[in-house]
Amino acid sequence: MTNAVEKVIAGDVRTVARLIRDIDDRIPGARETLKALYAHTGHAYVIGVTGAPGVGKSTLVDEMVAHLRKAEKTVGVLAVDPTSAFSGGAILGDRIRMQRHSLDEGVFIRSLATRGHFGGLTQSTRSAIDVLDAMGKDYILVETVGVGQDEVDVVKSAQTTIIVVIPGMGDGIQAIKAGILEIGDIFVINKADREGADKTLYELRQMIDMGQQKFKEGKWIPPILKVEAVFDRGVAELLDAIEKHRAYLMESGGDQHLLRRTLRIREELAEMIKNRLIQEVLDQLIEGGEFERTVEAILAGEMDPYTASENLVLSKLGCKK
Amino acid sequence: MKKRKLRVLVAKPGLDGHDRRTRIIARAFRDAGFEVVYTGLHQTPESIVLAAIQEDVDMLVMSSPIGAHRNIFPEVVRLLREKGGEDIVVCGGGIIPDEDIQELKESGIAEIFTPGSKLDDIVNWVREHVQPREA
Repeated sequence: MTNAVEKVIAGDVRTVARLIRDIDDRIPGARETLKALYAHTGHAYVIGVTGAPGVGKSTLVDEMVAHLRKAEKTVGVLAVDPTSAFSGGAILGDRIRMQRHSLDEGVFIRSLATRGHFGGLTQSTRSAIDVLDAMGKDYILVETVGVGQDEVDVVKSAQTTIIVVIPGMGDGIQAIKAGILEIGDIFVINKADREGADKTLYELRQMIDMGQQKFKEGKWIPPILKVEAVFDRGVAELLDAIEKHRAYLMESGGDQHLLRRTLRIREELAEMIKNRLIQEVLDQLIEGGEFERTVEAILAGEMDPYTASENLVLSKLGCKK
Repeated sequence: MKKRKLRVLVAKPGLDGHDRRTRIIARAFRDAGFEVVYTGLHQTPESIVLAAIQEDVDMLVMSSPIGAHRNIFPEVVRLLREKGGEDIVVCGGGIIPDEDIQELKESGIAEIFTPGSKLDDIVNWVREHVQPREA
């Protein structure tokens, strides 16, 4: 076992922080450490929190951390914010709402930028989850802005996924209709003291029930909770709901749990193969200049992109048609 | 190997609420292509240092307009060394008298940016003096 692996398992903050950076920066050595760490994962309970910007995800996460700490659980937080498509830079501001945990050694908070590489966010966030898991955190909260496919994929690797909305945000509900309504295990209407909370609750209930194909005996029906995170109202109830969902996943011999785990492994593996292929094929083609030469050739009308891509992939994979 | 992205922590220690300059700096750094971790107001040296370590930043910038720099800036450097973050470049900004600057630099602050500093100059200083960590 390498030094880094031992230190992560021992919970060394500096080593964990550096490893997550190495994963994000795609340093080859990080992969080796992850290989060795994998056997030490699978103990943490992963909760995904997603929703449109400004609905109060960070404040909610902050309050959830406070409750979990009161119950003497250790917590890891991964907060994902978008990278600017223009400069490649990012402002990661989720820590602002989590300041009171900044001195608590039982909490590890890490901000991640989406960076916009092919499926990169999903892969590096999942790897960061594994690291915090191996570090021994009891709960890992992953916070993302629920707008892109990448972000949706990230929360899909959680055991319990929470979708956060606010009253009166008709458009917010429109947005979640497109794709992430199905992945919510628990819905939170935050800022529920605002006008229209009951209407939002009613609309959400309708939409969720419509999405349920059939009511089966014993099937999980996503609860909708009214919360005022900033006043710590409804957060205890949210944690109860999470525990109920956890119990649901584990009941009847843990069938649901196994199902989710299988799904996660399946997606993870497919993702890793995809990334590996991009590395082996696309990156090399770009570095070797063949990519640009082919672009020129297509531009000059000497080639069509269909044939060109077939030939390029086959040439890199070392097999003949 | 592709180059690492530069990560910078921007923090506002002290009891005053004047965080406009830290927001502007954060924005300028983002536009320069850096990843900026912004911690918000009322940070203590302890919380700044723990955040810098958890976030694995290459550089840390603090702003203080009310004279807290004489205590807080050197304390951050000291704590960073204690926690194994001595390779993180520490800079400060704010209303800082000329006669304090030398003393701060001797305590381990790499650079002080005073009122009137141009954003481009600050960004260029960072590009010249701070590299993403190697290993």
